[in-house]
Amino acid sequence: MTGLSTPGTASTPPPNLLSRLFRAREASLILILLALVAMTTAINPRFLTPQSMRDLALNVAIIGLVVVGQTLVLLMKHVDLSVSSTLGLTAFLTGSLFVANPSMPIGLAFVAGVGIGALLGAVNGLLVAYGKVPALVATLGTLYVFRGVDYAVVQGGQITASNLPAAFSSFASSSVLGVPSLVLLVLVVMALFSIYLRSYRAGREYYAVGSNVEAASLAGINVSRRVMTGFILSGAIAGLAGVLYLARYGTVDAAAGTGLELQVIAAAVVGGVAITGGVGTIAGAGIGALLLGVIGSALVALRAPAFWQQAIQGALLLLAISIDIVVARRAARVMQERSHR
Amino acid sequence: MSVPNRPRRSLLGWESTILALVVVALLMGSALHDAFLTGPNLSNLTSNLVEIALIALTMTLVVIAAEIDLSVASIVGMCSALLGVLWAAQVPMPLAILATLTLGALAGFLNGWLVTRLGLPSLAVTIGTLALYRGLAYALLGDRAVADFPPFWTNLGFGLVPGTQIPIPAVAFVLLAIITAVVLHATPFGRSLYAIGANEVAARFAGLRVERTKLLLFILSGLMSAFAAVIYTFRFSSARADNAAGLELAVIAAVLLGGVSIFGGRGSVIGVIAAVFLIGIIQNALTLADVPNEILTIVTGLLLILSVLGPNLAARFKTARQQRLNTQPQGGTL
Repeated sequence: MTGLSTPGTASTPPPNLLSRLFRAREASLILILLALVAMTTAINPRFLTPQSMRDLALNVAIIGLVVVGQTLVLLMKHVDLSVSSTLGLTAFLTGSLFVANPSMPIGLAFVAGVGIGALLGAVNGLLVAYGKVPALVATLGTLYVFRGVDYAVVQGGQITASNLPAAFSSFASSSVLGVPSLVLLVLVVMALFSIYLRSYRAGREYYAVGSNVEAASLAGINVSRRVMTGFILSGAIAGLAGVLYLARYGTVDAAAGTGLELQVIAAAVVGGVAITGGVGTIAGAGIGALLLGVIGSALVALRAPAFWQQAIQGALLLLAISIDIVVARRAARVMQERSHR
Repeated sequence: MSVPNRPRRSLLGWESTILALVVVALLMGSALHDAFLTGPNLSNLTSNLVEIALIALTMTLVVIAAEIDLSVASIVGMCSALLGVLWAAQVPMPLAILATLTLGALAGFLNGWLVTRLGLPSLAVTIGTLALYRGLAYALLGDRAVADFPPFWTNLGFGLVPGTQIPIPAVAFVLLAIITAVVLHATPFGRSLYAIGANEVAARFAGLRVERTKLLLFILSGLMSAFAAVIYTFRFSSARADNAAGLELAVIAAVLLGGVSIFGGRGSVIGVIAAVFLIGIIQNALTLADVPNEILTIVTGLLLILSVLGPNLAARFKTARQQRLNTQPQGGTL
């Protein structure tokens, strides 16, 4: 989950000033990240042990994955608040499949999770793209509905690691060349969606829709279809995250993933995805998630008073959002000055 | 989060619809269970709603002005924690309450300052302060709880007006609801909120002080959340950092169900109050009828979606029919 290896750092093909600044933004996030890690390690060397890095990567991976789908939606000036409920519901349903058929192949669990997630995302997509319900209202509604369905299905029970095949649980703890496979999988998804957003016509359409929906429509983009696809993908990715959540934690009850939606949006915003649409990259969003995760564990390593940690995180989040807008304004001003010349 | 062509829907139409739904819910409730239409039950039902109802009043103003405040529940938690800490430090109660209300107003001021001075989107700002204020609540009180509030004050939280079944906080709510309704619907300030929400640029050109108005709205929202925190703390006689966690979504659901447009410029206090009660009545009636909690969650979500989807679909069918009628005489193909 370093985000360094993923392509798609620059958002627009021509290397104009704006894209250079956005690249600078991701670079500055990485600098902050490195400074934070260096400082924390200097004070507490145990911060940088392989084991703690591994824990950090695993903790960030699931949020980082959900952020990918959220980015697609945010780029189009919409939002998906229902991701936490989708994650919880798919985690439990996938777990129940294992309970019903203990010998089920693991690949099938992934297919099922992604499929259920896509189905839930399609509900959001239909409401927003064809029902013209504002995304905030539609996904706030489905946040409740999906969670309610989750509670109804779970009925106070829970899935525990003993219900899951050993091969599935060990997937979460296995690693390839020292990198946890779960993290590798998330990195692959991020890389694929980065390429999709940067180099494919369909990917560019997300930016077009978010920048100016009328112009996009006049340019021949099928906006409704694009929005529909975005929500389906967001749901499918949240579904995949649900399967990974199940593999990682083993124990899943009806409350799994509650409140995750705000962390995901916060990570995207810190990573430079504008909630006003049209601006942002998967790499940036991933770095945002990583930065929030590192801040969290650095506060623990620095022995910040436990009860102050959330407040400090909140303050840093506000700071990141504020810096973001100041940088964006400066970029806009420079652009304006150039066009006047 | 904008969708350009929002369909028009008659505000009066939606208000009468939701008021009718309240009546239907009341009838259904009394049919479902004998205990529903009794004084104690209705009193209990109202008590459970009072914090959401209070915060929904100021949220209505904020959303009509095309902003949003997601930090309200965290302000409740933070203010509740402060009240507890001050009381535990033996500060006299009136002074502690005053400090709590001040903290709420300050929290709202910070939101408003970030939105109006830095020009940040309120959704992003208040997600940030949602984390910050809840964090400060934990910083203040940790995972302790302060519970030894004097009976005089806790009675204000869960007591009834003598000789009636009316909860005391409900009286405060009625007064504040009347004030909010008058301010929104009968003063230049209230009308300016609709203008700002409908078209901020136009409002600015018309000479409205957009920034000052929005700053004031966020301060009011913080102040109201602090007031709700005082009531919440006394009602449960418990100050905890996690008080009212997650309440923001319930408040916003009620405001949107009440017919306030998420894009600003449309909505009314009556609609929102009716929506708060609709949700409360349905949940109370279904609970009495032993319907499990999860169904309540689903019903709340569905209501929220249908409140916007229904009118949208109706408008679409209407235009489709009109188009058919218009094009038939010419026999055109369109």
